[in-house]
Amino acid sequence: MTTNKDIYILAIESSCDETAAAVVKNGRTVLSNIISSQIDLHTLYGGVVPEIASRKHIEKINQVIEEAMKEAEVTMDDIDAIAVTYGPGLVGALLVGVSAAKALAFATGKPLVGVHHIEGHISANYIENLELEPPFMSLVVSGGHSHLVVVKDYGEYEIIGRTRDDAAGEAFDKVARAIGLGYPGGPKIDRVSKEGNPEAIKFPRAKVGENIYDFSFSGLKSAVLNYLNGAQMKGEEVNVPDVAASFQKAVTDVLVEHAIHGAKEYNFKKLAIAGGVASNSSLRAAMQAACDKAGIAFYHPSPIYCTDNAAMIGVAGYYEYIKGARHGWDLNAVPNLKLGER
Amino acid sequence: MKILAIDSSGLVATVAIVEDHNLIAEYTIHHKKTHSQTLMPMLEEVKNMVELDLNSVDAIAVASGPGSFTGLRIGAATAKGLAMGLGKPIIEVPTLEGMAYQMYGSQALVCPIMDARRNQVYTGLYQFVEDENGYRMEALKEGCACDIMECIEIANSFEMPVMFLGDGVPVFEALIREHATVPVYFAPAHRRLQSAASVGALAIEFAKKERFTEAKDHAPEYFRMSQAERERMEAAKKA
Repeated sequence: MTTNKDIYILAIESSCDETAAAVVKNGRTVLSNIISSQIDLHTLYGGVVPEIASRKHIEKINQVIEEAMKEAEVTMDDIDAIAVTYGPGLVGALLVGVSAAKALAFATGKPLVGVHHIEGHISANYIENLELEPPFMSLVVSGGHSHLVVVKDYGEYEIIGRTRDDAAGEAFDKVARAIGLGYPGGPKIDRVSKEGNPEAIKFPRAKVGENIYDFSFSGLKSAVLNYLNGAQMKGEEVNVPDVAASFQKAVTDVLVEHAIHGAKEYNFKKLAIAGGVASNSSLRAAMQAACDKAGIAFYHPSPIYCTDNAAMIGVAGYYEYIKGARHGWDLNAVPNLKLGER
Repeated sequence: MKILAIDSSGLVATVAIVEDHNLIAEYTIHHKKTHSQTLMPMLEEVKNMVELDLNSVDAIAVASGPGSFTGLRIGAATAKGLAMGLGKPIIEVPTLEGMAYQMYGSQALVCPIMDARRNQVYTGLYQFVEDENGYRMEALKEGCACDIMECIEIANSFEMPVMFLGDGVPVFEALIREHATVPVYFAPAHRRLQSAASVGALAIEFAKKERFTEAKDHAPEYFRMSQAERERMEAAKKA
């Protein structure tokens, strides 16, 4: 194998409600990043409906792949491998991307590389931070995940903290619904919070038993619901921006504290956040300030690489590919795939 | 005309290579593994066994629905990926027509029934009509989702013998025998469930009529809305 040849990965992602494809060169250069979002459709139902998501994926998958190839100005002949998210996620949604990727790889004689969705999110940090290399501490926060992860090497992870109940993004969605902001909760709470006072209401910062790095957000969510009920009983008007800002502050405080504590304890001078909630402006600002204070370099992807996308899958897929990872034609969707397993 | 045919609409996973009047390969399994684990390895084995040059395939035929939602999508995504990779079109073969075509030349009417749970079936009623080329299959009742009793009424209404097949047979055979007013038959094991050979053979006929679909435009015909959509529409009606 020659060492100076460029490696092109075609990546496919369909684990939730975005149908996405991308072409990534040498693991760091994104040549295209096409995302077909279904968010407007799911907003009608107040959350992602798995069957509807799967139906949309199958309608869009070929257009999205073709567009990614066209925008990258490559043909199948240029592609070295096809990477695809095979878990975790919604099984029916994952199956569309996995089945299409397998068939496309089979038809074109390309190697197939299955990628872990969260590994993709973490790898999104490599796109815009060329100097970033493992090892480092990473906080992954999204609608389905809240993980504090030690990134030991490319493709090597140790989860040191995880949520005991709701994921951070899930808590945002539930609270947003309760205060009448609707779906998706993250961006809406972020926006409304800018008008509110984060110190207005003292919501609890959950401490979780034996593992100091674990998270729990269901207690906080209940505290918000109790506060709203209490106000209603007393006939008091609720200040929505204050509730949103105070809730967001409570989530942010816990995320920042755990991440910084972990980075210090494991002696990392680099901290990278990832996942949909990593777009949250309050979290970014608080994490930046805490990192500055602790002398830790703070990394975060642009919002377009925080949301579910295929470029991040292409990056993670590249590092798996050059390590020799290959999947067979029996690759299946694994809805509860664990990070670091294959 | 060489067709690569796939049907993963039900419990059976089946792939075939059909060239004009020749069935070159068919691989069918009825086993508990998911289609995601079986379909592609089966296709690879077929390809290797018959030394198939994938580029010699003219079109990808796929059972386009109804059927298991997830099964249909695995078939559709597979067909779309193959067709995109090879630059070939898709031929959509309605699942019920693909099943019925197995009974080519039947003097009895052919009624595939797919169990859709809660006494519902996906069904249609087909007749083989003689013409200058042999037989052509005509739909007396196009594919639909209906109650099994309605299906039996339709089968009775033509006052001709009816051959039933499909995974609905073991579920509804007793009910059909009880309520049938015409002679009824039930297809034997080798004609009972989906067959990619039949899908491929019917696709050859469709190809003669230029019934091609671009890979990007193919999506399954589910015959049913998702539960969330149904509930939302019902709620809207009440409001």
